[in-house]
Amino acid sequence: MERRFLMGNEAVALGALHQGAARGTGYPGTPSSEILEYFSGFGGAAEWAPNEKVAAEVALGVAFAGVRAFVTMKHVGLNVAADVLFTAAYSGVDGALVFVVADDPGLASSQNEQDSRRYAVAAGVPMLEPSDSQEAYDYTRLAFDVSERWKLPVILRLTTRVCHSGTIVAPRAPVAELPEAHFERNIPHRVMVPAHARAAHRRLRQKLAEIVEWNEREGPNELVEGSGDLGVIASGVAYQHAREAAKDASFFKVGMSYPLPMRAILSFAASVKRCVVIEENDPYLADAVRAAGGRIESAPELYRFGELDVGRVRRIFRGDVSPEPAAQRGKPPQLCAGCPHRTVFEILKRHDCIVAGDIGCYTLGALEPLAAMDTQICMGASIGVGLGLRHVLPRKEAKRVVSVIGDSTFVHSGLTGLAEMAYNVPSTGHVLLILDNATTAMTGQQEHPGTGRLLNRAPTNTLDYARVAEAMNIPYVEVYDPVAEADAFESALLRALERDELTVLIARRPCILSVARQRAEPANQG
Amino acid sequence: MCDSVTNIKIAGLGGMGVLTATQILAEVLFRQGWDVKKAEVHGMSQRGGSICSDVRFGKRVFSPMIPEGEVDYLVLFQEDQRALYARDSSSKTVVIGASCVDASRLASKKALNVAMLGVLSRRLDAPAALWMDVIRATLPPRLHAANEAAFELGRQTVRD
Repeated sequence: MERRFLMGNEAVALGALHQGAARGTGYPGTPSSEILEYFSGFGGAAEWAPNEKVAAEVALGVAFAGVRAFVTMKHVGLNVAADVLFTAAYSGVDGALVFVVADDPGLASSQNEQDSRRYAVAAGVPMLEPSDSQEAYDYTRLAFDVSERWKLPVILRLTTRVCHSGTIVAPRAPVAELPEAHFERNIPHRVMVPAHARAAHRRLRQKLAEIVEWNEREGPNELVEGSGDLGVIASGVAYQHAREAAKDASFFKVGMSYPLPMRAILSFAASVKRCVVIEENDPYLADAVRAAGGRIESAPELYRFGELDVGRVRRIFRGDVSPEPAAQRGKPPQLCAGCPHRTVFEILKRHDCIVAGDIGCYTLGALEPLAAMDTQICMGASIGVGLGLRHVLPRKEAKRVVSVIGDSTFVHSGLTGLAEMAYNVPSTGHVLLILDNATTAMTGQQEHPGTGRLLNRAPTNTLDYARVAEAMNIPYVEVYDPVAEADAFESALLRALERDELTVLIARRPCILSVARQRAEPANQG
Repeated sequence: MCDSVTNIKIAGLGGMGVLTATQILAEVLFRQGWDVKKAEVHGMSQRGGSICSDVRFGKRVFSPMIPEGEVDYLVLFQEDQRALYARDSSSKTVVIGASCVDASRLASKKALNVAMLGVLSRRLDAPAALWMDVIRATLPPRLHAANEAAFELGRQTVRD
């Protein structure tokens, strides 16, 4: 097939298509968001789920039906989907199930730098780590193969620089024959009650023992013979940086990072005078090689923070632990001119509210000059954290606490928070603001269950936040346009803060970027 | 040197079309037969904030990111951003700033990114026809005329 220049995310989508994925599910999250959009654009069946856990469950159902599924998410999304992952590792699958997880070392657009490789170890599922778009394509296809062969979920671990870098890809012919979806009853394998799960755990460990042997023999690991003076063990994009930083060195490139081909790694380490492990995020490889008795060097602690690049890898080779020059900070991101969130935060600031915030564009409300958000931790936390503050703060302060959550985030993880609010009511009541801009704005205006449109923009049901709140017996539920009805909205907020009862205020006005996009899009996509 | 890599950094603010310009540039170089890599940042780092992307080409490229001090061409859509890229540049870096283009002659301000590619194109050896093919393949038809004109405007800019 003809070579193409593809972004890593595009290459994953093409790999999934060529490997016959019957369905791709996920929840948007930088840097993973474009994978499903590309997959849908290529003609694949793709959906946005309310959150990563549901997305993973849908994908698991597809895989239980004997066909191939994948689910995409950013690293923190795997925290949400972890409940599925750990026990799907026990149950196994019938078709194939690939978790595509995108880590964000350097925090280009995330709240932490967690390293998903730890999840592969913790859950006991194989993990593949591509270093460029070609490997993103190849390893996606391989991930489906490994999953189908051992009937196990497989994680494809990407990082920002793999997702959002473009490199050349030579695709291969798509698979010719696809399994047909069918249901075969297998209660002991799919109902994880203790008696079944005990046996399933043993099956999982047996599969991993087979996979490690396969990985030693024919896994996607690569040996580059160079000088015997310096050997480098690396994975992911760090391998590319290291190849450039040490052109003459020998390399052991780890393609499957769990379970590790430790015999091959140790023999490589022993074959060179000096062996250095180069990896982003946690010292996962270095710790594992050392624990197995390998004599290696690894990066000093300061290189654990942020992403690597050629310059930093050169410094690691030199053993340079001098402080690095601070990164140049340009103009910080900000709420767009005309963004409806601006008005809301100006009002919250004016009344000195204590704002338990959430994840989305509106998190930018925390930055100067607005500085009108006080907490932000994870998807949905605004409600629980706001309630916690209300429960214990002195009355005067408690009365100023407001939880602020976006529409997509509310659907993702706010529904249970709202149930908590309705159930364990603080003595001062509480105020929840749902900022409904009718899109998942931060990640690129994706649809969600509240927008009335599917991933491919086709119409579907629309979740009604006001009626949800009413169904949960919230006594005051009001909807305002925060720009056109700014005064009415402000008075409603003040009334809500005044009374000791529960209020849900919905600030409804579409994201200006999505309005522009919808105007630009051809009507036939609606 | 036969294994040398050429490094181009395109920088501006979110919304100025840095990513589109990068896509066009990388595709042109790819179609010329080079090994090409590009690196860009999405998400929180956009929204009007400073943004840049790297394009590297040569016989074989490893890292998608340009190492410190190795930028050959720094294309600045907004010249006040230059200080941010001081460490990426060296005395050999050629800076192509937005003032190269007479913005008053642009049919659409949004086409500045493609006009800047026109200026850059004089430094690279890809034929104008290839650039035009890629511009047309990348942008929706309603934007073709304005962007073709912008590219020509940039390409005809006399170098100092």
